[in-house]
Amino acid sequence: MRVQVTVNGVEQVVDGVWELDSLLNMLREHLGLRGTKNACEQGECGSCSVYLDGSLVCSCLVAAAQVEGRSVVTVEGLGSGDELHPVQRAFLETGSVQCGFCTPGMVVAAHALLQSDGNPDELTVREELSGNLCRCTGYTKILDAVNLAAARMKEPS
Amino acid sequence: MTTTLPSRTAPPTQQADGVGSSTLRPDGIPKVDGSFIYSSDEYHEGALWGVTLRSPHPRARIASIDTTTAEGIDGVAAVLTHLDVPGSKTYGMIISDQPVLAFDEVRYQGEPVAVVAASNPEVARRASNLIQVEYEELAPQTDPEVSIAGKAEGFPDGGLVRHVKIRHGDVEAGRRAADVVIDESFEIGTQDPAFLGPESGLAVPVGDGGVELYVSSQHLHHDQPQIAASLDLPLDKVRLVLSGVGGAFGGKEDLNVHIHACLLALRTGRPVRMVYNREESFFGHVHRHPATARVELGATRDGKLVFSKVRLVLDGGAYASQSPRVIGNGSFFAGGAYDVANVWIDGYATYTNNPPCGAMRGFGLVQSIYAIESAIDRLARELGMDPLELRMKNALSEGDVLPTGQAIDGPAPLQELLTYVKDLPLPDASNPASVDPRARPGGLGNTTRGEGMKRGVGYALGMKAIGFSGGADDTSTARVTMWIRDGEPVAEVYCAAAELGQGIVAVETQIARTELGVSQVFLPDKDTDIADPGATSASRQTWMTAGSVVAACELVRAELLDRAAALIDEPAAELVLRGPNICDATSGRTLIDVAEVLGETTISHEYTYHHRKTYPIDEETGQGDAHPAFAYAVHRAVVDVDTELGLVRVVEMASAQDVGKAINPVAVEGQMEGGSVQGLGLAIMEELDISDGRIRNPSFTDYLIPTMLDVPPIKLKVFEFPHPDSAYGLNGVGELPNLSSTPAILNALRDATGLDLPRAPVRPVDLIL
Repeated sequence: MRVQVTVNGVEQVVDGVWELDSLLNMLREHLGLRGTKNACEQGECGSCSVYLDGSLVCSCLVAAAQVEGRSVVTVEGLGSGDELHPVQRAFLETGSVQCGFCTPGMVVAAHALLQSDGNPDELTVREELSGNLCRCTGYTKILDAVNLAAARMKEPS
Repeated sequence: MTTTLPSRTAPPTQQADGVGSSTLRPDGIPKVDGSFIYSSDEYHEGALWGVTLRSPHPRARIASIDTTTAEGIDGVAAVLTHLDVPGSKTYGMIISDQPVLAFDEVRYQGEPVAVVAASNPEVARRASNLIQVEYEELAPQTDPEVSIAGKAEGFPDGGLVRHVKIRHGDVEAGRRAADVVIDESFEIGTQDPAFLGPESGLAVPVGDGGVELYVSSQHLHHDQPQIAASLDLPLDKVRLVLSGVGGAFGGKEDLNVHIHACLLALRTGRPVRMVYNREESFFGHVHRHPATARVELGATRDGKLVFSKVRLVLDGGAYASQSPRVIGNGSFFAGGAYDVANVWIDGYATYTNNPPCGAMRGFGLVQSIYAIESAIDRLARELGMDPLELRMKNALSEGDVLPTGQAIDGPAPLQELLTYVKDLPLPDASNPASVDPRARPGGLGNTTRGEGMKRGVGYALGMKAIGFSGGADDTSTARVTMWIRDGEPVAEVYCAAAELGQGIVAVETQIARTELGVSQVFLPDKDTDIADPGATSASRQTWMTAGSVVAACELVRAELLDRAAALIDEPAAELVLRGPNICDATSGRTLIDVAEVLGETTISHEYTYHHRKTYPIDEETGQGDAHPAFAYAVHRAVVDVDTELGLVRVVEMASAQDVGKAINPVAVEGQMEGGSVQGLGLAIMEELDISDGRIRNPSFTDYLIPTMLDVPPIKLKVFEFPHPDSAYGLNGVGELPNLSSTPAILNALRDATGLDLPRAPVRPVDLIL
């Protein structure tokens, strides 16, 4: 099937998508956006977190057909290379990255949290990011990253 | 073999982002912006997809396999069974006992039987389901005691993999000297490494009949000969390149997709991608051995330990994997980090039809430290003594002799570690009703406002040997090259040390900066074109690879100074390297630029580092100087328990660890925090539910690992007592945090409830008063 979708601000026409494919698979295999990770395909780990029309979703639980005409933002759309988003930079600087497999999804989820609450307390961060599993870090540095990003995003630019 | 010690520990310059700084990881930006390539991201135009057909039975005889229907499906390029394995039909890390594809009998649920390559994964999966395998089911043998008795059918030696005996001192004399004796049994369930990045890889056939494999691995050079033997290819026709590893924790030491992807690629002449999904991953890697341990401890009335006797049983499941070494390690330290004159340990590793178990962070010691640390608390209760005081009274110190007869050399600052957690203020015991429900047992379920809630505090102490032991010639090889790029001296560190997430890539850059005064350090692909770096396991990789990188840098620097000396006609011994300059050692005055010395040339040196010689233990007594080094950590845990519902909230964890030298302090903290939380998982939630040889919960829905909300604040204290044998005095770090975290939480739960709680993980039903 053909899917028309805006991904990271660019309108895309994706051909040859299998009718039962997930948004995750379409992003990774058809659009080459492999930053969005597949670690469980059950909506348990959050590694595939993306924005769909501004809402945080697990892209493994969204059918590709459901995104027709809609807008998707992935980790690649937040920032890259020398132009990282403050959330990405904070993850980098606080040591929140070890194996990094959870990182893209965690970054998108943390970004979404700070969009809705610019000054979350510790338990709010822990609760809001509890849908994103990390096996390496023990989460402490990730808490630091969210706090650092929140502080920087409040500074006048 | 020569023992090589770094010639000095003082770096030539305090280079920015060098050793001791929390420099950013060189793979950090690609990991936060999503461009980092993991093995499951590997892509090749025209690649086929490989999938694995696995046994649904824990034990069955294979009567026949018929692949004709599967082969007839449109898009299927190959369907392979054991008949298509050209070389060794089996592989294994120590004992080659695991079939590449099952040929006579399947011995665990999920054992690979056939592999399929097709144009897309759905076609491959559909075809694999059309392979007709006729099984004759057999009763699974799942009781390790039957294997210890040598009565397990279908396994070598009746099912006993290894019996380790440690005989030290006179346990009966110790028993007579004891005023108080305890005799307790403990049990620990099966933990899964549960790394997020699944087993995966890309195999590409190359023109000369060989194959290149891009794969996640803890040790490419140990994978390579196993793969080559099964492919019936010489080693140089099997080239491995490390792809991005999404965590491993021991679960990527054994082969997974490796041979299968190569077989399919060589058969079809096309690149083949394989990626396990989460359910398959639970069957596709080894787990932590489930264990039982009977511990007898005796002490005098004043709390001096006079004997310990431990019987430790680790069930290794269907194939040997690392079981012979895991039970060795578990047994050597089954007496814990204590100075005890009389010790008797029997450790058994078994074959059964349970899922295969092998390496997992802690390597046998998570089980034995859990048992001994639980027993120490029980003994303290019998003695009427504070459990921390009992530990302080008996903890090892430098010069003490281990149950294996080896005297501890190197720092053993256990008193300092224990004193830190002793003096650390406890978290407020606020009125539970005023605490945010998310910080109470039951969380947002809002199941208690303090009714039935009890708080407990627990401690545990762990130790572990660092590096490969028992006479192994443990090595790491690195090549360091220096040249001038855009007018600046730069360096490359080429070493195949596997980066799993722990940060060896940062360590490699930091050492080159410190030793060579450069800012920019390049890291080429990690592959099998250079000699063996050893496994990223056994908390050894930073120790070993720092050894090889420092020494290679020293050779580069020595040649650089020699060349400079010749150019300016000064003795090389009078020269020092200071950043981009070569200076007079006494005055510090710049004599010549590195750029001028090097010009268009490069300096490149390779070095193979060996840790000091070790010796095998005596098979009958367990005595021998088997270990190159030791490391230590302690944990304190504070818990709240809702004793009406059996729900737990870990309120705080604290840990102190001696790391010798923190090469990258933030990375060290990350290891301590991450390991502590894996230990928390094992204490209160993580267990593969296995019955009759079948895993009942192979998903993240049913196998729970800690979320961010399950994790409390973690307080850390990093001690740096330099180790005399390593570069910069560093010590191994990675596994220590897993050892004492689980028993500290269990001891806190016991303190809160007064219950014995012999089994980890603790379930709600265990905690209801």
